[in-house]
Order: sequence, then C-alpha cells, then structure tokens
Amino acid sequence: MSKTINNVVCPICGCLCDDLEVTVENNEIVKMKNGCAVCEAKMVHGYKSEERILKPMIRKDGKLVSVSMDEAVKKAAQILTDAKYPLLFGWSSTVGEAQRIGVELAEELGATLDNCCSVCHGPSVMATQEIGIPAATLGQIRHRADLIVYWACNPWASHPRHVERYTAFTDGRFEGSEWQSYVKKLKADSNRKKMEMASKRISRVEPPTKAASFTGPPPQMLEHKPGRKMIVVDVRKTMTAEVADYFLQIEPNRDYDVIEALRCLVTDQELDVEKVGGIPLDTLREVADAMMSCEFGVIYFGLGMTQSLGRFRNIEIAIALARDLNRKTKFVISPMRGHFNVTGANNVFAWQTGYPFALDFSQGYPQFNPGENTAVDLLRRNDNDATLIISADPAAHFPSVIMQNMMKHPLITINPDMNAISRLGDVVFPTQWCGIEYAGTAYRMDAVPITLKKVVEPPPGILTDEELLVRILEEVRAIKAKRGEPVGQAEPKIAPHKPTKATKTSRECPIQEKPKRVTKKTKKVA
Amino acid sequence: MEQKLRATLITGRTIEQGVGKELGKGSEEYYVGCAVCFFDKSDMVKLGIKNGSIVRVTSKYGSVIVKAQKYRWGVMPGMVFMPCGSWANVIRGDETYTMGMPLYRGFPVEVEAAPDQAVLTLEELLMQQFGRNSDE
Repeated sequence: MSKTINNVVCPICGCLCDDLEVTVENNEIVKMKNGCAVCEAKMVHGYKSEERILKPMIRKDGKLVSVSMDEAVKKAAQILTDAKYPLLFGWSSTVGEAQRIGVELAEELGATLDNCCSVCHGPSVMATQEIGIPAATLGQIRHRADLIVYWACNPWASHPRHVERYTAFTDGRFEGSEWQSYVKKLKADSNRKKMEMASKRISRVEPPTKAASFTGPPPQMLEHKPGRKMIVVDVRKTMTAEVADYFLQIEPNRDYDVIEALRCLVTDQELDVEKVGGIPLDTLREVADAMMSCEFGVIYFGLGMTQSLGRFRNIEIAIALARDLNRKTKFVISPMRGHFNVTGANNVFAWQTGYPFALDFSQGYPQFNPGENTAVDLLRRNDNDATLIISADPAAHFPSVIMQNMMKHPLITINPDMNAISRLGDVVFPTQWCGIEYAGTAYRMDAVPITLKKVVEPPPGILTDEELLVRILEEVRAIKAKRGEPVGQAEPKIAPHKPTKATKTSRECPIQEKPKRVTKKTKKVA
Repeated sequence: MEQKLRATLITGRTIEQGVGKELGKGSEEYYVGCAVCFFDKSDMVKLGIKNGSIVRVTSKYGSVIVKAQKYRWGVMPGMVFMPCGSWANVIRGDETYTMGMPLYRGFPVEVEAAPDQAVLTLEELLMQQFGRNSDE
C-alpha cells in the first residue's frame, strides 16, 4: 500500500527544504517530488543501499566482525574511559537531541568536543564573535532581497535549491523570480553559438577565442537591469556564475583585498591602483554602485572564503563591508552552512556550554580555543588517544596526514552507512537515518529550528543516535563508578512546560504595580 | 609539451560528488565523481593530456593518481580543481595557521601525466594510506 507524505524536510544541506513529497510503499521510499539531485540520491536510493550497516561491528585480528549491540557498547565505553584525552567529533548530520547527549558524554569523559564547523564555517563563527553579524532569515531574503551576492560559493553544487527556493529564482512577496530572464539569456546564448558555428562553416575562419584571464566579463550596466540582480564572485567560473547577471573571477587567496577595495569604494575613498585581485577598479566600482543602490542586499559566502588565506579575517572584513553598506541601504550577510544541522551543533553546544565548537572538558569545565582544541590541530599534535566520530566522515574530508595520526589510536564510529571513516573503525555502530527513520530538531543555515519528520520504520535492532549515546554514557558511568571515580548525575528528564500561576520569588524582577488612581471618592473614604 | 605543470589547487564540492556521497562512498558514482582533477583546456594542451587521461597530482604533503577532465564552465589557467573526497585528501595539507582549518585550497601542486598508473578505488586508497579498510 502506498502513501504520500507531504512537507517532509530534507536532511542533507543547510537549506533544510521542507516541501518534499515522499511516496512510501511497503515501508520503502519509492518516489519523491521537489527534491534536488542530491536529495533524491539519498532519500530514494542511498538510505537503503548495500552500504547500510545493519549490525554493530568490532575489528578483531584486523577484520570487522559482527557483534551484539551490548558487546559493542561495552567495548566503546571501555575505550573511551581508558583514554586520557579522547576526541568526540562530527555532530553536524545528527539532530539536536543527540548533540545534547554528546555534550554530556564529553563532560563525563573530560574529552575534547568539536564539530564539523571547525573545517567549514568555524572561521565564520569566530568572525561573528569578533564583529557581530547583520543577518536575516531565508524567508526575508526570499521576499525582499533585490541584490544577491554569492561570494566564493557554488550553491548549484552544494545547496542545489538555494537559488530556486530562497533567492533569485523564487517568487517573493515583494520581489519576483528571475527564472524567465535566465531562460531568455540561455536562448540568446544558444542562438549566438549557432550563428558562430554557421559563420565558421561558411567562412572557414576560426572565431576569436576568449582570452584566458582573470579579469571577468566586460562591465555591464548592472544598475539598469530590472528585478533581482545576482552577482557571483569566485576564483573559477561555476554553474552558479553561469546563472548570475554578473561574475567576477578573482585571483586565489585575494578575497580580503577585493572586499577591502569594495569597502573603500563604498565609503567614498580614493584608490590609486588599477586592479585589485585581478579585477579592474572600474568593474569593482560598478559592483559597489550596485550594492549601494539596492534596497535589500545580501552576501552569501562559502568555503572559498573560510578556507583561503586569511581565514576568519576574510569573513570579518566581509561583515565589515555589510556594516558599511548598512549606512547607505539595507544589507545582510550569511554563511552558506553545509551539513543540515551544523548550525544546530553550534547552537546546541553554545547553549549547553557557552561555546559553539572547539571545546575541551579536560579541566572539568568547558574551555574554548580554536587552534588548540579544534580536531585537526589536536590530531596534528597527536595529542588525543581515542576518537569517536558521529555522523561525519573525516576520512573523506580531513587531509590524510591528519587521518594517519587518528589511526594510531582506537576509533569508534557511529554512522548509518559504511562511509570512509566507518571502513576504518575499530568499533563500528549502525544508527538510524535521522529525518527518514526518526524525527528530531535541526537548525537551518539561518538558525531557524525545523523538526525533521519520520517517514519509514528503521530496520530492527538499530538505535537512534540519541538512544545509542545514552547507552554509551550509561556504560561509561558504570565503568567509572566501578573504579570509584566521581560520576556525573544523569540529567533529569525535562517535564513538558505547563503554565503555572505566577508566584513572586526573590530572583524575579519585581513587577511594578500600577499605582491606584486616586479619585475623589477614594480620598473621601481615606 | 611540458613534463610537469605547476598549478594552484582548489578543492570543493561538485554535484556529482554530492550525488555520489549520498548513494554511498563505495558507489561507482562517488568514485567517478571524486577521483578526478579538472584542468583548463590550455593546461591540458601543455601537458599533452585529454579527457580521461591518468595524471599524478603531487603536493608537499602527498601524491595521488586521478583522471583528468576538462573544466567545462570557464577558463582557469594555472589552476586545477579537485572535488572533496578521499583522493583530494592525500594531497591536502595539515597547516591550520592555528585556526583549526587545514589547507584545502589555494596552495601549489605539480601535475604530470601518468599513463601507466591505475586510479585506486576507495578501499585500495584507504589500504594504501592507513593500512586497513572494511575487508582487512
């Protein structure tokens, strides 16, 4: 029997598209609507592929052997308790409820706790701490933004529905979609190519090829284009750049220079150079004019900024540009957060400990220090002596030289499928797919929490991330209690909120009672 | 024709890598989408390679064999692009400038044609790099 579930949330990228229509037959997703290529790959095919882990495994004599859940939990807890300085890393593709237990586990172990943001938008978080951020929700951008700048990111590959759902190709309340104008542009390009080929056949002369350079396209009159405008700045042309009205191809590692030049132009300062980052000053002037003349502008920046030279200083200067632009018009800036709940990992860690990532509990209280407690730095120094990876794949994203240090010590992995890190694990746990097999909370890239839906039943015997972490935590506490070490208290379950009668306590802000109106009548009584 | 090309490496996401990783890290799509290096057309001419040629990309941190492919969206002479994945990891650097972020892009590499080499599968690559995989 088939049933269709509407408004399913996609658990892949930071867009958290919540308009999927999923058709389920015999407890299997067979069809879906509205999703992108990556979403369909996971929701229709990937989640039930042969790569799925169905039983916990432990590496014995070099080979992964299936074991019972109890044995795997005991082994993992033993490894973590024996370690002096374990690292708990990942957390970006699981739900907030599991992240909360993760913080408790790290505190119990005196571990280092880090999430994937340290290798993606960690610098953005650091820059935000330095200078603040003028931000807006995706809904505001959708309805109001008339200038969209994608800086050093390629949403067509990493957030495939971002342009279609939230920016240039969406019909907002106050701004229309630019889809039709893009189709016209495509048709014009196709006709131009046909004409070129025809003239080549007739004249047998090769048309002049475009010069290979970083100067970008010739200046166009950006300000005269009606409707929403989209500018892409990147070191290479991408499909997103192809869609854009304007593309600036800057030299690698020169983001800081170009943004600083734009700041100068926005604040009416003179620049005595011809080019910045390979871009002629006239072109930059045109971009600055477009930024100043818009009504509601937004800069979305990607990993091209956070991973290039300058790191968090690039983001800091970009936020400063948005701040300068706010003196002329309305401008916001936002990072293109990657994994669907990496923003959630930052939020949950921050409300639990005060800090968003790079945490060290070895002193018994949380310490925040990027560059020291960040996973890559810790592994680079070869300081940790055991690792737990949950809902992440550093074997596919950390440099091999770093991973080689991780492999010197026991490795526990918690992932639904056999990704690269699970292939290397000593204890390999299966888990349910969040957003497909169980519900939970995830934070969208603009920090709006959204509830993921359960669509199908999980295979038997597989726990959710939260359930599994609770079992590991209980086992860790049992081992520590046996050793006579101090054990943290299990956190009491939060009772559902019930509105109670307001009672005045000493910590409450005293409510000033309205002075009684003195009337002639009361005066008389007095 | 040059023996070696000195270029700046950029690593990042592609839609093929995104689809491949969701289908499974052991899938053919992930292998085809990630064990690849994109070149500017002019650089391919310099190296004497074409689409599908096997190349060796070497950085200060390691060396990996991947397939060459022409970058279809525009010009980027002196720059090569590799999708995120275990193959790009071999040549990525561990320098973080005390900020937690390793070298993912914007650092120099050398590329040369390696016609007699084979592009390793994920399992083979993990075995080569870490001495273990899901089988052993």
